Amino acid sequence: MNLHITSYCQIHDKKVVVNDRFIFYMENFLNFADFLKAVYKQEAISYPKFFKMDSLSKLGFLATELVLREKPIGRYCSEEVGIVLSNASASLDTDIIHNDSVKDKSHYFPSPSVFVYTLPNIVIGEICIKNKIKGENAFLVSEFFDGTLFENYVQNLFINEGTAACICGWVELLGNNYNALSMLIEREENMEKTGNQPPWNLPFTAENLNQLIIRN
Amino acid sequence: MRPVYTIADNIITSLGFTTGENLASIENGCTGLKKVIDPLLYPEPVILSRVDQIKLNVLFEELLAKYDKKTPAAFYTRLEKMFLLSVADVLYQSKADPRDKRMILVISSTKGNIDLLEDRFKATFNHRRLYLWEMARIVASFFEFKNPPVIISNACISGLVAIITAARMIGNGRFDQAIVAGGDIASEFVISGFQSFQALSPVNCRPFDRDRKGLSLGEGSGALLLTSSPDDTAHQPVLFSGGSVTNDANHISGPSRTGEELALAISRAMTSAGISPTEVDYISAHGTATLYNDEMESKALDINVLNKVPVNSYKGYWGHTLGAAGVIESVSSIASLRNDRLYRSEGYENPGISVPLNVLRYHESKKLTTCLKTASGFGGCNAAIVFQKS
Repeated sequence: MNLHITSYCQIHDKKVVVNDRFIFYMENFLNFADFLKAVYKQEAISYPKFFKMDSLSKLGFLATELVLREKPIGRYCSEEVGIVLSNASASLDTDIIHNDSVKDKSHYFPSPSVFVYTLPNIVIGEICIKNKIKGENAFLVSEFFDGTLFENYVQNLFINEGTAACICGWVELLGNNYNALSMLIEREENMEKTGNQPPWNLPFTAENLNQLIIRN
Repeated sequence: MRPVYTIADNIITSLGFTTGENLASIENGCTGLKKVIDPLLYPEPVILSRVDQIKLNVLFEELLAKYDKKTPAAFYTRLEKMFLLSVADVLYQSKADPRDKRMILVISSTKGNIDLLEDRFKATFNHRRLYLWEMARIVASFFEFKNPPVIISNACISGLVAIITAARMIGNGRFDQAIVAGGDIASEFVISGFQSFQALSPVNCRPFDRDRKGLSLGEGSGALLLTSSPDDTAHQPVLFSGGSVTNDANHISGPSRTGEELALAISRAMTSAGISPTEVDYISAHGTATLYNDEMESKALDINVLNKVPVNSYKGYWGHTLGAAGVIESVSSIASLRNDRLYRSEGYENPGISVPLNVLRYHESKKLTTCLKTASGFGGCNAAIVFQKS
């Protein structure tokens, strides 16, 4: 079975790149949330739930929105679309916020709307809700993006688990360090049937995955 | 996909430090849940299932001596000690070699060493230990695993996703053996968070019961060995027959209203195992004892015409152990299969769900072949696995 990366979006180093095209750059911002909000506005995304998300979810959500804008997945059944994401810091960025709320016993204010985001797979949940994705899903943690692990994991979903399309990638955030790469993986025979842009694709191999994450 | 078997396992909870000790406690009707007064965990008393700290330290000193390690016990965090003891037990039973290039370690945890965020630990432990990959690296390097560990952090279904992931990697030939280890500790971080959700029960949790008032938290670790060749083993091999993961795509903290997506994970796991619902002898449910989870699970079982099959939740014995839950509850279900023994669903008395289920009120001896294990969690995730006697 030949699988291809049919669309990708990387948010890293003050810029947003979609299928090799620069679409956004912001030189100065005080905090990362402002950067994400500016991307949201420029790209005219309309999804009020975005503003309730923590920064990790916003990052993964935005990157995936921009991937799926190039290559919509509406023609696939909800149940046959998978999503596999990974990062290094899990939900530590929001864990620190929750922990700060219980540090001082005389000022104890844990909040369910923060606590729910102290799990890294919530970003998968948010993307699934927006795009009605109901298939295989998993959140993996590793110090660095592991292209070989992804190639094996995702290929297996296509071969043995009835997955017809899969979002996969790396969504890392801690403080002002961020790097997100979201990709859509499809079978060769399903390529180039949708999307408005000239077709962009790369064979889905560990090598290409590893190169994509560092080259932008 | 070639067949994948499990031949050795371990459970560490308030009820004991081996699978056998835990099952003996369950057989005797013990629960590890009790009211704990500890201001380091929560300003008010809270129901918890805690691992015995003194015994943990004693057993860990023994482990260091056995492996001839010069590193002091204080170098390891509480959770790392639990993980190391669970993995060591499985290696000892199976005689498997962690240095084998065809062996992979798969770690499941929701929060890892999250207690290290507290000021009292800052001087003792490097902040790197907060990263799951660093914790996993310490576990892997203790036993000199050749391959870097794979880490799953997928809320309350982490343990089942870890088993499914490992089984697929063996099934498709990438590895021949895997040790799957899951663990989480009861921390102020997690207790305060669930309390803010008003999800914690003021009394011991009562899964599927009319009077259930929420979940009870627990801590623990567990491990099991998966292999493609179950030769010369003391334990009867049990087959991993199929597993599946789905997402509700509905709400990040509330379960599906219909249960259709957990139902899909169950039906896919049964299809991949090549069985029909009538062949399922026993179901080990997630059964957190929150109002909505138990209701959703009953609907999902009903959709698959599994409502007459004996079902239990282990949460009444050792609470909700988060990243350990999927692993230790799979291990206890596998032990159920091996022993032809069904265990009472602790805390259950009166039906309290809209679709009636056959919730186990008493321990029961019965010929068992096939077991279904399910789990659901925050982020709308669901998982199901079918285990069978081989």
